[in-house]
Amino acid sequence: MPSVELVLYQEEFQRLDQALKKLRQEANARAIFLIDKTGQQIAAAGELDQFDTTSLASLTAGNVAATDGLAKLIGEREFSVLFHEGKRDHIHISIVGKRAILLVIFDERSSLGLVRLRVKKANQEMEHIFEDMLQKGEKGAVAAPQASPFSEITDEDIDALFSE
Amino acid sequence: MTFINYASREINCKIVYYGPGLGGKTTNLQYIYNKTAPEAKGKMISLATEADRTLFFDFLPLDLGSIRGFTTRFHLYTVPGQVFYDASRKLILKGVDGVVFVADSQEERMEANIESIRNLEENLREHGFDLATIPYALQFNKRDLPTAVAVTELYRTLNFKREPTFEAVATTGVGVFDTLKAVAKQILVELRKR
Repeated sequence: MPSVELVLYQEEFQRLDQALKKLRQEANARAIFLIDKTGQQIAAAGELDQFDTTSLASLTAGNVAATDGLAKLIGEREFSVLFHEGKRDHIHISIVGKRAILLVIFDERSSLGLVRLRVKKANQEMEHIFEDMLQKGEKGAVAAPQASPFSEITDEDIDALFSE
Repeated sequence: MTFINYASREINCKIVYYGPGLGGKTTNLQYIYNKTAPEAKGKMISLATEADRTLFFDFLPLDLGSIRGFTTRFHLYTVPGQVFYDASRKLILKGVDGVVFVADSQEERMEANIESIRNLEENLREHGFDLATIPYALQFNKRDLPTAVAVTELYRTLNFKREPTFEAVATTGVGVFDTLKAVAKQILVELRKR
């Protein structure tokens, strides 16, 4: 369903955050980003101030979308792992639970083999968190629609955004 | 698909600028970029050919301030307008929350406008969206050109659900922010309904 929004609550955010931090340590990576397939950053860990994180998220999603398109053209469902090799830094991209993208930036302190191994393990854990997140989002939408802070947005609130 | 992050108290929405090639989609984004305070915008990314034609997309993250304690972010994207980039256009519509259609007012581009709206409708449908219900604004760009068709005629031909419609000259900024506001408002109103 296209209109299902992604809702991230504190509890899942903390679990994802922990998972990313652990993966970053185990894979000896510079930075790790978890990105929604539409290009929104969900969580991140590592040397974040070294990167333009918003641009990274958007370009990564574009990259994955284009590669998905290529996969379908040749009859594959998807390419679940992408690897970009640079002189100093490298990027490992993988798909988590169909809707998110895990981006790992690493240098000579790590290796592709190590990153692949650790990502595989972390992937499973993150998929669980995503399942919980989706279930919670669906339940929340059905059980307590009035609980959304946006149900009370007024026209004045919206106008205030554009008041400058 | 709106992304609501309760942990960092942010709402993220995606707006896509659609329309025929050389209609002014990128120019809309460039104007918004130039006129927005540095703290309210991120870097603008243009994946373009050497001749400055959009190859994949332009991207501009905008921070509009907060609403009910949630930082409201809009990610603006353009699609490549040239007909043969259809595969790329489809990809960019993934997870879209609202669409701006930038029509070229020139008489010789009328066919291209009509074809592009049809293409938009089709590509939205492939993602499970309906142009009739998605937040949507229409812009008649290049109103300053001598070959521009009368607004009433453009309206009759291109407006189909009484969507908010604006006359624009994207190079000088006329109508650019009005169009953006119109679609952003509809997205936030949608959010209220959920």
